[in-house]
Amino acid sequence: MHPAPSIIVFTTLSGLGYGLAAVLGLGLLDPAASATKVAHVAALALISGGLMSSTLHLGNPQRAWRALSQWRSSWLSREGVMAILTFVPLLVSAWASVFEDRYLPTVGIVGTVLCMVTVYCTAMIYASLRSVQAWHTKLTPLCYRLFSIAGGFTAASVFGFCGGGNGFALCLLSAVFLLAAWVAKVFWRRNMLEAAPLSTPESATGLGGIGRVRLLERPHGTENYLTSEMGVKVARKHAAKLWKLAFVAGGAVPGVLMLSLMPIGGSLGPVAALLAGLALLSHMLGMLAERWLFFAEARHAVMNYYDG
Amino acid sequence: MTSLPSLPTPKKLGLVIDLDVCVGCHACVVNCKEWNTGGYGAALSDQDPYGAEVSGAWLNRVHTFEVVPGGGEVVGEAGDARIVHFPKSCLHCEDAPCVTVCPTGASYKRADDGIVLVDEAMCIGCGLCAWACPYGAREMDLAAGVMKKCTLCIDRIYNETLEETDRQPACVRTCPANARHFGDLADPQSAVSVMVAERGGVDLMPEQGTRPVNKYLPPRARTPLAESAGSLPAEDTAGATGLFAWLDKMLDRV
Repeated sequence: MHPAPSIIVFTTLSGLGYGLAAVLGLGLLDPAASATKVAHVAALALISGGLMSSTLHLGNPQRAWRALSQWRSSWLSREGVMAILTFVPLLVSAWASVFEDRYLPTVGIVGTVLCMVTVYCTAMIYASLRSVQAWHTKLTPLCYRLFSIAGGFTAASVFGFCGGGNGFALCLLSAVFLLAAWVAKVFWRRNMLEAAPLSTPESATGLGGIGRVRLLERPHGTENYLTSEMGVKVARKHAAKLWKLAFVAGGAVPGVLMLSLMPIGGSLGPVAALLAGLALLSHMLGMLAERWLFFAEARHAVMNYYDG
Repeated sequence: MTSLPSLPTPKKLGLVIDLDVCVGCHACVVNCKEWNTGGYGAALSDQDPYGAEVSGAWLNRVHTFEVVPGGGEVVGEAGDARIVHFPKSCLHCEDAPCVTVCPTGASYKRADDGIVLVDEAMCIGCGLCAWACPYGAREMDLAAGVMKKCTLCIDRIYNETLEETDRQPACVRTCPANARHFGDLADPQSAVSVMVAERGGVDLMPEQGTRPVNKYLPPRARTPLAESAGSLPAEDTAGATGLFAWLDKMLDRV
């Protein structure tokens, strides 16, 4: 599948934003601290930035409001509806912290739950497509949510060390969820690489009864919408390299930093915040690579007609 | 509404494509583009139409496959490849995944005849329906920013201003080999249903769970090349009589 930058940016930024907002909803940061107030604003900015990026790939963005209407059947529509609903508790929580130095437990927990529901909807847009076999697994929404939470705790630890407090717990939870997310992701990728293809050129043409089917001529000599949208092929060696980069930057580096900050972070002062910030940046870079591969490596069933 | 109609629809209008007959002339492809660029919805745009990287939206494309016996039932001689021209357009699936993923309600399946359509005034051009379709039946019109697909020539088949013989999809009407047939696949007595029953019509990618309405008739079993070609004339002249016997004798002497 074509890895559209707008969609990669959308899923990584909004995933991180919802993760941070979900962690803020748990009340682990001191609501009166300036760092916590900044964290609330940052979460909302990440979510809004991601959502705006997602409208960039539309052919007719002026009609985007129509996408809220088909929540009965469409995961994309559900995601839009949930994104808007989720803004309500997140804005109330942010207001309470920024202007009233308060944490509202009920609103906070509702926000946390809605954040995870929204990320689940985002993942289900992909997981619901049987035509893309790699995505069509329960592991897809699991990975999306675990990565979102892991990113949320990593980001929260930065704000924790900046004055929000609770650095120890945030670092611990970040490391735990980073581990969980990457375990799930390793299973996801193994499934993608090793599962027998659901559809083949033989089943796609119905000619399997005669023999092995091989494309002789494409319908047109040049590329078309289908081949440019769904016919991306990544060289195996580059994919392997990017996978390593995603794992090291997105999992190993932040994981090690979080674990080492756990016991000593409290005594390091601003250095701890800096190191946690480094872990967050590394994690974001890793997630961009992971999301790029998520699209680029997934094979669409239509490629059975295009020898791809 | 992007929920599917209560199934089954009373009519299931669709195509039956005979892979035994198709010669791969692409006339259906061209006539489809010609009719639909001036018919239902926005014109079918081309990008860089006179340049080196020409591309455009087409609702029907013909692929050509080589089928090599050996993997399955051997039809021709072992090692004989068989060429199959393969036209492909929307299959108007009963369980159309392109419809249910649409977030705006632009994609829908008609409850009365099962035709899958896009209301272009509601389409935001997100492209998710094209991703959901395993067959590649939907293509984005990059000029209009809306999704295009086969309408089964809805502006022909119900069009009473046309002669009755013309009230069928443009691809069917134009096919010089009669490889394409249009009809109601819900009616077991219809010509297309009979054809599917007699020739063992198949679904494409049944494992995708889409339950396509369009059916493909597989190529008929072929006579092995060795049998149809016969044997070459023999060197032996022993049985020759009359003029040939005399010629044979004379030439031997020379």
